[in-house]
Amino acid sequence: MSEKPVDKTKIRSAKKMRDLMTTYYLDALSAQQNNKQVAWITSGGPVEPLVAMDIIPVYPENHGAMIGSAKMGEDLCGKAEDMGYSSDLCSYARTDIACSVVKGGPIGGLPKPDMLICCNNICGTVLKWYEVQARFYNVPLFILDTPVCHTGYSPEIAEYVRTQVDEYIVFLENMTKRKLDHDKMTQVGKLSFEAQHLWQKVLNTTAHKPSPMSAFDAFFFLALIVTLRGTRTVVDFYKELIAEMEQRITEGISVVPNEKYRLLWDNLPVWYQLKWLSSKFSQHNACLVADTYTSAWCGAIKYIDENNFLDSIGQAYTRIYLNIGVDQMAQEVLDMIRFYDVNGLVMHSNRSCKPYSFGQMDIMNIVRKKTGIPVLMIEADMVDPRSFSQSQVENRIDAFMEIIKQREK
Amino acid sequence: MKEIDRFHAAVNDSRATALNIHRAGRKTIGYLCSYAPEEIIHAAGFHPMRLFSSKHEIILAENHLQSYCCSLVRGILEDSLAGRLDFLDGTVFPHTCDSMQRLSDIWRMNGKYRFFVDLVLPAKLNTKSAAIYMEKVLARFKEDLEAASGKKITDTDLSDAIVLCNRIRKHLFFVYEWNFRHPGVIRGADLYALVKGAMIMDKKEAADLLAGVVSSLEQSAPPAGKAKRLILSGSVCDTPDIFDAVEKAGGAIVGDDLCTGRRWFDGLVAEDAPPLSGIAQRYGNRMTCPAKHAGLTARADTLVSLVREHKADGVAFLLLKFCDPHAFDYPYLKQALDKQGIKSMAFEMDDQQSSHGQFSTRMETFIHML
Repeated sequence: MSEKPVDKTKIRSAKKMRDLMTTYYLDALSAQQNNKQVAWITSGGPVEPLVAMDIIPVYPENHGAMIGSAKMGEDLCGKAEDMGYSSDLCSYARTDIACSVVKGGPIGGLPKPDMLICCNNICGTVLKWYEVQARFYNVPLFILDTPVCHTGYSPEIAEYVRTQVDEYIVFLENMTKRKLDHDKMTQVGKLSFEAQHLWQKVLNTTAHKPSPMSAFDAFFFLALIVTLRGTRTVVDFYKELIAEMEQRITEGISVVPNEKYRLLWDNLPVWYQLKWLSSKFSQHNACLVADTYTSAWCGAIKYIDENNFLDSIGQAYTRIYLNIGVDQMAQEVLDMIRFYDVNGLVMHSNRSCKPYSFGQMDIMNIVRKKTGIPVLMIEADMVDPRSFSQSQVENRIDAFMEIIKQREK
Repeated sequence: MKEIDRFHAAVNDSRATALNIHRAGRKTIGYLCSYAPEEIIHAAGFHPMRLFSSKHEIILAENHLQSYCCSLVRGILEDSLAGRLDFLDGTVFPHTCDSMQRLSDIWRMNGKYRFFVDLVLPAKLNTKSAAIYMEKVLARFKEDLEAASGKKITDTDLSDAIVLCNRIRKHLFFVYEWNFRHPGVIRGADLYALVKGAMIMDKKEAADLLAGVVSSLEQSAPPAGKAKRLILSGSVCDTPDIFDAVEKAGGAIVGDDLCTGRRWFDGLVAEDAPPLSGIAQRYGNRMTCPAKHAGLTARADTLVSLVREHKADGVAFLLLKFCDPHAFDYPYLKQALDKQGIKSMAFEMDDQQSSHGQFSTRMETFIHML
């Protein structure tokens, strides 16, 4: 083959993905001119009713990730701190709150919301964050309260969440002054269900050795299942992405040229250090083949009934990865360790995300006990680079990889 | 007032308090949050006891919780792992913040006590469906307790417990009101020992002793001095030195919105309502913890009217380091006070804090500003 290896490892679909996201953001930013309403929604919130009602969903968390990747986190976090927000608060929230005031960030701020939809299945932070934004923009806030399923899903929780799904629809009908078209809702539900299946399939391709893509690619391709779930666009795109991955597998193209070691990542990405971390692990012939974060957008698919979407999403949105007990999270980590056949676990202890990070040490101990694989914990923050010490992390990664190499000899 | 010594004693040795209560026939169920329904625990024949950090050095909890977890959560876990809470028969974790949520998992997974319940209360307190859910969660909790004790909880048991807890609330409310009318009638450290002690000691004993405190206070009504009148706002304030520092700096505490203060005893459970409905309704009506949602400006409205009603000169925010819900609310609460021309200052606290020098200096500066 005459192609250079660097070209071969590049994933072609990335360009299309960038174009889709650009179109999406342009649509969102011009919503007002097109007489469309904008709803800000949490990343784990049920977006499908918005899609069915022709409301443009906008994700402050995706925006936070963009700010982090663009390395604009430090400046915006600082601005929030000047406004009185503690530097210990979530950096997605800090940057978003600051961005609303100063119109900063890579796209000059998000389009103004007509309403806010907050689902607390990912954390209690979003509740506080959305309260701040509801006061700032003076727009209605709908809270979908999904009680934590520490050990299971009780009938009380089921009834409470199901009722709130109806309240959510009524809220949207009041906001749009239109009735929900149930046929369209069914169609959107089926597309969301299919997209989640396809996303799982994308992630599953990395079980192949060598892996055709890495968790760093998953962090990138994730944006679509988060933002446009329930549209045909996502379904079509992931089909193409799967085809490309399968082709790479057939041709033996791996994302890490000499993949020898396979690792699992836990927690959100360190958005401003993706490139560095990716090349750091590559230098050790290690590929981060999977992660607990991107799989959260298909992990609750078992609870969805595509023919009875609104009745089933209560449970599906309540029983997501972060809204369960730490012991169940550990079980899911163990399942992933086996499925992707990894040699080590890298945990990002993320100062910004307490519900994700507290409990990690117990998960670490369970993983060590049950699998014996080495576990590395990196102290960082997803967006605020002030909590990241590159030299320290580098030393720890080198030492960790040394242990793995000795074990796998 | 000799009664106050009993409260200080309970505060200083919760273990001995629990063992005495155990000898008298009640096992202790610990809780960590003001949304724990003490009435139901008491009605089940258990003793509800609020847990605080003993402020020992964090050693064992280092293996479970990172350094950016609040000192209260880490401190209580440390106490449990070190065996300092072995007097407990069980614990209940009402759902509040993310840190408590994960503490509950870690606590359960490293389980040391016979009885464990997650009381997954709603985060919303201002909708009908949340109120219905709240009541059902309480009903489930009642069943869990019945299973643990092997005895049915009757409506009479519940009503008696409600009346008893209401007595404590009424007495504490009187003490607060008397103190606001006659600032300095009771030292801040004593005031908060009464509240904290009532969370720790036997309910009936607390109610009876508080009745004594109330009648003693009624005998003394010193005229208001020149002290600056302060409202405290924040989460848990478990450092009595803080109150002394406020007074030394020329301040008098005339009210609070604290988890270890009025938020815990605010509002009464309606004694003529079905018991569980009454308990649930009180949570919806009382001062709100920022981990709960009772409206977009509920906490600011409460704080501003607290300042107005208590003729306060300023508000001191006592913010526990790494406490997210309070840190999120601080800028908007400050703004609401600013708008009304009410002065305020934020103080970052840590349960493990050993030196209060800096606190005292800043408090003096603040009080001079008022």
